[in-house]
Amino acid sequence: MSTVEFPLWAALPAAILLIIGGLVTVTGSIGLLRLPTFFMRMHGPSMGNTLGAGCVLIASMLLSSALQHRPIIHEILITVFIVIASPVTAMLVMRAAVYRTRVNEERQRKQATPLTAAAEGKQDGERPAAG
Amino acid sequence: MNAVLDAAIWFAQACLAIATTFAAIRLIRGPRAQDRVLAFDTMYINGMLNLLMLGMRSSSTAYFDMALLIAMFGFVGTISLAKFLLRGEVIEP
Repeated sequence: MSTVEFPLWAALPAAILLIIGGLVTVTGSIGLLRLPTFFMRMHGPSMGNTLGAGCVLIASMLLSSALQHRPIIHEILITVFIVIASPVTAMLVMRAAVYRTRVNEERQRKQATPLTAAAEGKQDGERPAAG
Repeated sequence: MNAVLDAAIWFAQACLAIATTFAAIRLIRGPRAQDRVLAFDTMYINGMLNLLMLGMRSSSTAYFDMALLIAMFGFVGTISLAKFLLRGEVIEP
């Protein structure tokens, strides 16, 4: 890092983008840590991390382009991949959480009224969730 | 100008380390399994960004491939975990 002198047009936007990206990412993770329920907690990282990753990857593109004196856009691969993958992941985890919450509620209702539970005799291959 | 960029990279690395720590705390004490999967997803993206920072600091292009691999395999791992939570098994017959 100290051996290479970056020009001003690359260093200043890259520094600003890095600071914004770091702040946005840490905001998303604070949301993941502090929010009370799971469905609230899901929003923080899925949006904050995508924007933070975009900022950091644009900064990385700027710096490597300035380093090699030609446009380097390899990092756009990771950007596109994260932009595609992040909503898919969030959607699947959300569907899993909805399903598990519903199964838990049904099990609790059956425990409240054990006669219908014995009558139905339904089993689903899932352990009772801890907590 | 390099001093500003160096400071910005230090700041961003510190922010990402804090974010990874928060995700690790949620991974350890998450009340249910989906919290842990979400924390794992956050954690690998933060680690990948930290690796890219390391590549920026050392002006090397070797870290880019590692970051791409982490992104792809982390995505596959999170999808598998979510599928396991949803259906009870990953690859169904």
